[in-house]
Amino acid sequence: MKLTLAEVRHVASLARLSLTPEEEALYQGQLSAILDAVEQLRALNTEQVEPTSHAATSDVPLREDVVEVSLDPQKALANAPATVGTSFAVPSILE
Amino acid sequence: MSAAELTDLSILELSKQLGDRTVSSEEATRACLQRIEKLDPKVKAFLLVDAEGALAAARASDERRRSVGGASPLDGVPVALKDIMLTEGVETTCGSKILKGFVPPYDATVVRLLKQAGSPILGKLNQDEFAMGSSTERSAFFPTRNPWSLDRAPGGSSGGSAAAVAARLVFGSLGTDTGGSIRQPAALTGTVGLKPTYGRVSRYGVIAFASSLDQVGPIARTVSDAAALLQVIAVHDPKDSTSTRNQTPDYLANLEQGVKGLKLGLPKEYFLPGMDPEVERAVRHAAREYERLGAHVKEISLPHTKYALATYYLIAPAEASSNLARYDGVRYGLRVGGNKGLMEMYFQTRAQGFGPEVKRRIMLGTYALSAGYYDAYYLKAQKARTLIRQDFASAFEQVDAIISPTSPVTAFKLGEKTEDPLAMYLMDVFTLPCNLAGLPGVSLPCGFSTSGLPIGLQLLARPFEEALMLRIARAYEREHDFFREKPPLA
Repeated sequence: MKLTLAEVRHVASLARLSLTPEEEALYQGQLSAILDAVEQLRALNTEQVEPTSHAATSDVPLREDVVEVSLDPQKALANAPATVGTSFAVPSILE
Repeated sequence: MSAAELTDLSILELSKQLGDRTVSSEEATRACLQRIEKLDPKVKAFLLVDAEGALAAARASDERRRSVGGASPLDGVPVALKDIMLTEGVETTCGSKILKGFVPPYDATVVRLLKQAGSPILGKLNQDEFAMGSSTERSAFFPTRNPWSLDRAPGGSSGGSAAAVAARLVFGSLGTDTGGSIRQPAALTGTVGLKPTYGRVSRYGVIAFASSLDQVGPIARTVSDAAALLQVIAVHDPKDSTSTRNQTPDYLANLEQGVKGLKLGLPKEYFLPGMDPEVERAVRHAAREYERLGAHVKEISLPHTKYALATYYLIAPAEASSNLARYDGVRYGLRVGGNKGLMEMYFQTRAQGFGPEVKRRIMLGTYALSAGYYDAYYLKAQKARTLIRQDFASAFEQVDAIISPTSPVTAFKLGEKTEDPLAMYLMDVFTLPCNLAGLPGVSLPCGFSTSGLPIGLQLLARPFEEALMLRIARAYEREHDFFREKPPLA
């Protein structure tokens, strides 16, 4: 299956990735080859098959909802590129 | 003892000497640091060495052993961690430029457990960026080299963890395994690498790649050492909702009980045309050895094996594309741009922060999840996953464990497979079905190629039967102690 350049750009935009023209061409070829390789799954009859979304083999009960001390805000903010008070600061969202 | 002699001890041998007080943890830790200083410029297993932190922990361990006794068999045994695991106050990059300079505010649960057990942590080990790769060449910083042949890759993505253990820079390490990232580098470096059952070990504080597949596990030089490390980390954690409450068995208790009467399956789909004939020969020889030791070996079929690679390379990138959405330049890590608003910052940060393999997988995963393609790709792969799981469930009605090659080839040259993503993905063909099914798996050395490169034997068992799997591994190791062979460099 051959991806078009427009499709590559659309996927990159969904993934919030800015690609150079060289990267667009590279991924167009490589993703097309990978999609060709996974095409073989089409041959598999899965009409009566339920999907598996995870591999947990034992039940996963929820823990008790207990109030406890969590991460200190200053520590949580320590790696942020920009902060204001106890908040993360981001560039303007509205034009 | 010289540094070389001391670091050649197994974890359990060192543990005994620490208990007998014939050697101190500080001596063992200094021996590792000396080896790292001398050999790591060639191997390049470490991204960061924390000499000060390790020595402080070693001295605390020695003090503990003097006063109240060891906290665990691992008390004082120096280890190191794949850089995917958060370490409080110590930089954690996951092999990516996007996390360069990130200093975690807390320890991953496995790190906390190792510290509680008394292990000094020597530092952070190299890996493919975000664990996406099978050679450690996809680290954003530098490739790690295979101690058996420095122009070859150690496998990946936990290549630093495997190379450091093989080169006797550390006594043991932790890695992660999403599609073979512990077992494949263990095979390529002649070490023992174990991927536990999905849910056996907490992933809290371990940077997520594909959450339905990721597991943390040990790499060590002997089966018993891997068991001892697993013992420490296989603990229920309320902070990981997939963490099992199943009792942790004593992984060392029955290791020496042999394989008499056990049934082992040799899946015919795990011997492919095009695989290295020396690998096939070594694995078939191991199967005959198991028969000699009293096991019944029979050929079995896992008919959907040929679909596993395609299934994995849809599911893992889909989950990765979602997990990696968090690297957006807001809360931690790299931020680029922003003068033209938030969107521009997202696009620039991710463009400059991620390497080519990570971008490729984010693109592939995003495509497989996008409107119009979800049913054809992601949902189809999830259904194929069900069939692959059922193959194993049927096989385990007939046999107690499955034996196979870990990797179709021995260590390959650096650069040999980086141009063609599909050629690299094929390196995981025998390891990733285990992750799709959530099973435990282990790789152990089963010989060497004529050019002196290690060959790995893979064992797979039923969920939560790590103890039985280790016992089967140990039965082979007792007869064939390939782990005593040292890479020329070490």
